[in-house]
Amino acid sequence: MASVSTPARRAAAGSSRRAGFRRAAATDRTRSGGAGWLFATPFLVFFTLFLIVPIGIGLWMSFTNASLTGHGDGTLVGLDNYAEAFGDSQVWQTLGNTVWFTVLTTVPLVLVALVMALLVYTGMPGQWLWRLAFFASHLLPVAVVYQIWSMLFQPDRGMLNGLLKIFGIDGIAWLTDEKYAMWSIALVTLWWTVGFNFLLYLAALQAIPDHLYEAAALDGAGAWRRLWSVTLPQLRRTTGLIAVLQVMASLKVFDQIYLLTKGGPNGATRPILEYIYDTGFTNYRLGYASAVSYVFFGLIIILSIAQLKIFSRRED
Amino acid sequence: MTTETLSPRTPGKPRSTMPREVVRRRRYSGRVWHPSLGTGPLPRVLTLLALALMTVVWLVPFGWGVDTSFKTEVDASASGADWIPKAGFTLDAYRTIFGQGNLPVWAVNSVVIAVCVTAITVAISAMAAYAFSRTLFRGRRVLFAVTVASIMVPPQILIVPLFRQMLALNLVDTYAAVILPQVVAPAMVFILKKFFDGIPRELEEAARIDGAGSFRVFWSVVLPLSRPILAAVAIFVFINTWNNFLWPFISTSDPQLMTLPVGLSTVKDSTGLRNAQESAASILGSVPLLIVFMLFQRQIVKSVATTGLGGQ
Repeated sequence: MASVSTPARRAAAGSSRRAGFRRAAATDRTRSGGAGWLFATPFLVFFTLFLIVPIGIGLWMSFTNASLTGHGDGTLVGLDNYAEAFGDSQVWQTLGNTVWFTVLTTVPLVLVALVMALLVYTGMPGQWLWRLAFFASHLLPVAVVYQIWSMLFQPDRGMLNGLLKIFGIDGIAWLTDEKYAMWSIALVTLWWTVGFNFLLYLAALQAIPDHLYEAAALDGAGAWRRLWSVTLPQLRRTTGLIAVLQVMASLKVFDQIYLLTKGGPNGATRPILEYIYDTGFTNYRLGYASAVSYVFFGLIIILSIAQLKIFSRRED
Repeated sequence: MTTETLSPRTPGKPRSTMPREVVRRRRYSGRVWHPSLGTGPLPRVLTLLALALMTVVWLVPFGWGVDTSFKTEVDASASGADWIPKAGFTLDAYRTIFGQGNLPVWAVNSVVIAVCVTAITVAISAMAAYAFSRTLFRGRRVLFAVTVASIMVPPQILIVPLFRQMLALNLVDTYAAVILPQVVAPAMVFILKKFFDGIPRELEEAARIDGAGSFRVFWSVVLPLSRPILAAVAIFVFINTWNNFLWPFISTSDPQLMTLPVGLSTVKDSTGLRNAQESAASILGSVPLLIVFMLFQRQIVKSVATTGLGGQ
């Protein structure tokens, strides 16, 4: 079966990066030098003004004792904030929670989306219904998600515990038991956000050329064989993309946790962004909050670069 | 599995004799079985069962919100498990919300802001993605790396500096203040760049041989081939903008400039328990999105059908 996917990959490799770029370079330099800048400029202007500049302001604040109230006056304190951040047990605990949440959500959010897309893409009648069913939850604002799930999670009258009772299982304290709280948050997140990944997979499935399946069928490949040797390899690039985007999104978790548990019980679900938010907006220590956020940035940027390296190596 | 063929319509027929048209129809009508899973009767039944089960699981919480919006406030906060309320179904929650007066203004604001953000974001992101994917210029690699790295920046962190910037630019309480920071979408540039990377170079070269410049290649080759991903990006940006709360909340204090989520939250905050009203408000806020998605959904399927090339 490898014979089916390999020629396609070889053909793709023929027009791959290096050769393609050399040719593109030749045409571009001779015909329209500077076209790249022209195309990139509008984005880069907005990018600089509303992302790089605020990041810069934040970085500056991280070296000061800036405050929302009168406690700090914005004078430079050097690396004091950073020194404090590395010794702050709250930073390490909330960072651990964030990583745990990312681990809990990334794998299901990729796998469930893949299963959904494969099932829908079989051509089962009622396409619009399936697509809408799996994507509709993604259309809800977080306040609605919070409202629905806090009702479903109610220990005494909630629907989930009602369901468990049918199977003779005692009710679970979904959001108030330290053992389960993060799992509950992960469940909500899966329900809420899987539609995005589902759509990306669906688009990728539609892009797989028919002739691969035709060739596979000619070779006598059965359904599982086609799935393993045509569909899944063709989806690899998309899977890598979804995984990278998902890890980045999960690390930034804040809204649903803040609304559902306020970081509780006992700090068991408190992500680092909530700690930063509390430090800045509740305790008014903007300088220290900025420093903690830059420690967090540093970590996740290292992580994402590592991820992209692994991902792009696999692609070639 | 040996008797199986790719099309259920021609059982036992060798695959190779199938005309191209049939293959095309099979892919795009959505009605005909695709060989990504099995094609026999058993895989079909299993697929249907799995789909039905997942659909129910995914729709139940959604249905719960709709159900709650038709309850009285007493019923909505009293029972967590009853689908049929004791006092019967009512439109009270909707009536109260429509009685708030500012709702049409907020709806118009939401539409204007979401449309502006989506249009600007798609335009500048596609151009930047094209530059990163298809052209060579000094600093291209570094700039793309910076763009990708910035996907990691949590927006919550930027709120304070952004607000200070808007104060300095004297833009607080204007559409510009709400719109401009939201058009920066590095993740969308990343997605589009990945897609553009997959478009065969041969097509571009053919256009170049015909004398097309960079802009011509972008407009007449890359963009038409990218309609599905452009539609997807537009949807995601639109949804995110529509549902965005924190930034519109901070950058506007004038009720005449508020978006739906912000405006409805000011209603909610005035008194205590309002489960039914909140549900009704959220449904009112979500319905336009459902319509937009259903419109674009057709566009996605259709454009994949006409291009037939896709993003591999």
